[in-house]
Amino acid sequence: MPKYTLSVNGNLLSAEADADTLLLWVLRDHLNLVGTKFGCGMAQCGACTVHVDGQAARSCVLPVSGVGTRKIVTIEGLSSTGDHPLQQAWEELDVAQCGYCQSGQIMSAAVLLKENPHPSDEDIDNAMGGNICRCGTFVRIRKAIHLAAKKNKAK
Amino acid sequence: MKPTISRRHFLKVSGISTGGMLLSFSFLNQAVKADTAVDSSFDLNMFIRIGSDNTIVLLAPNPEIGQGVKTSLPVIVAEELAVDWRKVKVELAPLDAKFGRQTAGGSGSVRGRFTALRTAGATAREMLVAAAAQTWNVPATECIADNGEVLHKPSGKKLTYGELASKAATMPVPSSPALKATKDFKLIGTRITDVDAHKITTGKPLYGIDTRREGMLFAMVARPPAYGKTLASVDDTAARKVSGVKHVIKLKNSVAVVAASTWAAKKGREALVIRWNATEKLENSAEHFAAFKEMLDKGAPSAARNDGDVQAAMQSASKVLDVTYELPALSHGQMEPLNFFADVQNGKAELYGPTQVPGQVRNEVSKALGIPEKNITVGVPRQGGGFGRKLMSDNGLEAALISAAVQSPVQVQWTREDDMQNDFYRPAEMYRYRAALTEDGLTGWHQSGVGIGGGPRGDSYVAGALANYRSEGQGLKSNTPTGWWRAPGANTLAFAAESFLDEVCSALKKDPVAYRLQLLAKAKTDPVGRLGYDPEKYKSVIDLVAKMSNWGATPDGIHRGFATWFSFGSYAAQVVDLKMIGGKPKVMKVYCAVNCSRVINLSGAENQVEGAIVDGICHAMFPKITFVDGAVAESNFHAYRFLRINDAPLAIDVKFVQSDEAPTGLGEPGLPPVAPALANALFSATGKRFRKMPFAEYLA
Ligand code: FES
Ligand code: FES
Repeated sequence: MPKYTLSVNGNLLSAEADADTLLLWVLRDHLNLVGTKFGCGMAQCGACTVHVDGQAARSCVLPVSGVGTRKIVTIEGLSSTGDHPLQQAWEELDVAQCGYCQSGQIMSAAVLLKENPHPSDEDIDNAMGGNICRCGTFVRIRKAIHLAAKKNKAK
Repeated sequence: MKPTISRRHFLKVSGISTGGMLLSFSFLNQAVKADTAVDSSFDLNMFIRIGSDNTIVLLAPNPEIGQGVKTSLPVIVAEELAVDWRKVKVELAPLDAKFGRQTAGGSGSVRGRFTALRTAGATAREMLVAAAAQTWNVPATECIADNGEVLHKPSGKKLTYGELASKAATMPVPSSPALKATKDFKLIGTRITDVDAHKITTGKPLYGIDTRREGMLFAMVARPPAYGKTLASVDDTAARKVSGVKHVIKLKNSVAVVAASTWAAKKGREALVIRWNATEKLENSAEHFAAFKEMLDKGAPSAARNDGDVQAAMQSASKVLDVTYELPALSHGQMEPLNFFADVQNGKAELYGPTQVPGQVRNEVSKALGIPEKNITVGVPRQGGGFGRKLMSDNGLEAALISAAVQSPVQVQWTREDDMQNDFYRPAEMYRYRAALTEDGLTGWHQSGVGIGGGPRGDSYVAGALANYRSEGQGLKSNTPTGWWRAPGANTLAFAAESFLDEVCSALKKDPVAYRLQLLAKAKTDPVGRLGYDPEKYKSVIDLVAKMSNWGATPDGIHRGFATWFSFGSYAAQVVDLKMIGGKPKVMKVYCAVNCSRVINLSGAENQVEGAIVDGICHAMFPKITFVDGAVAESNFHAYRFLRINDAPLAIDVKFVQSDEAPTGLGEPGLPPVAPALANALFSATGKRFRKMPFAEYLA
């Protein structure tokens, strides 16, 4: 089995896996980073969202052999202390219900805020349309993204 | 492991059991046990553990599926215990008979446990006070407990719960501890963040799917591709050659591939060559609906309720409305695809995974494997949604069978396709409604329902308000499986009944809010037959939502719909405001008033209702399950469409009717009124009645 060395959350980690193994399962099963979630396996729900060179990507459709030296960031590496403005805003507004989709939501929102520090509701709806929340926390998600944007500005 | 029981730790108050909950208190039937993980900690009762380092651990006894009970149940204990909530740690309780009903379903967790949990907190608080009083040699009446400390008022002396815990655990257990006056509640009714919020936002392992154990293997299962097909033969030669595959196991009607990783198990499963035989009829949704129609037109259902003479009312009516409503089968689609961990070895079984019914999992595993229940543990992690799917225990039982066969710890993972195509579906249903209208208004109501499995049902509102009322139901036998889906029964019936009542109001040129109040007033002052609801409480939510939405003064460009429903002990009324943008409806705002009596956690309660509203709009608009030759045509979210953020309401306003009564259900009651309120708003926007779900199919 081939061995891959991946840059994940600033560390170089290796995993032995078949070339077609999807990054999601390498993260979860090989590297024990289970914060990235499995929801659909076909880029439909966003539960598995990670950052690949700063862009939001669905790890459930990305074969490990295609990652190369690109830098992966998962929810575990979004902030070393767990206090990214989005994480704070999510907690302050008590966004989660079951919570299962939320790491993917936060990872998508982080890219949105980097590219558009003060998004409108419409910008949020466009950027977050790939992330399903079966529990229906969308109204709180919008509020939390606005709150995080405010926190960023205050910094 | 039987704890040594020391007599003085028994709570002999079996009379306290309340609210129908079995808490026939073996409350302190565990000896004080030192836990070496913290300095030392003491069980004051089965819900409360206090460490001498002041850690307060509260046990949440019911499964957490996103309905918030891992937070709200311990809040009830903490309120009476008088502790600083920020210092509380919450753990999910293990499955144990002493905890009573450990099920997540029927919106019953808070309802069933409110008084018992208060009593648990108050009992421990009084024991801590007694311990302090004894230490200081003062009367207990001079001491008060607050914020994790006991204070001796005259002297100002203080001891923390941590300092008192070991002694408190030896105090006699009070037989009738004094509960706080509800006006003194400090926590209950406030906004409390979910206890797992930080773990959720930082991606910590929390869910069944995150289980990782030494030596654990990963399994996937090939299940029949259609209902009505059974396993004939399997050729696993190629599957066994897939790298990482360790075992291929033939189960009764499925084949499991057990491997070193999820990916290897999936590839191994794809390499199986299986022959399935059709051994039963392969059914089609189209035939189900054709049969429904036939049954509604020609069947002779018996009545669930029959007041007056509906036929006579129809005959003497100046106008009869006659309308049919149709709802498809639905999948649950909880975000975390099913999975379960099992380790069955040496006559013992350890199970861990998502279930709303851990007791049922244990029972079924015991029966299937012949292992006594006492040798089976079932741990329940936080779950990525439930919606009723996990009231079935197939995922747990299957994992146990596979682990037993390979004699290894195994995690069985379902793909989304597995999950969607092997569900226990919300049954498809069809309703026919007839109303007799005269100059005096509505004089007769005939509701007739038919569905897969059991027939609908019941005698809900407007029964009791009309002299002539008939409700009847029929069931169609089918081999497509059905199960409970959030607000079972209510989620379909409310759509039909409340849409129809809106049609009646249109025909009579009556305001839908005013006319409902008129019917409820009649039900209150002069009820016909038995009333299955409280007209005052119905009125309370209608009045409140009318006020919230400024009913009667619809803003420009907005189209409104109204509906209300009573389920699981609680009342909800909603107003949906939508705009048509480019021929498509955009829900701008939903107003919702709820009467669930006392609210425990305001943030969690609002979140449940917000979620129920989104859930209701979603399932009215977009998805459906279609059976084609016994197979489920939809396989994943591309075909089974969930609502996304751009279709979510821009705002949701939830308010609760203030009440001092004990809490009623909340996980479900917010859902039933949404679909009819939306349909009624769509009518005011388009002049078209939306009588068939999903609406999106014929919106264009
Ligand atoms: S699991 Fe990757 S998008 Fe759903
Ligand atoms: S919080 Fe449950 S799926 Fe989003």
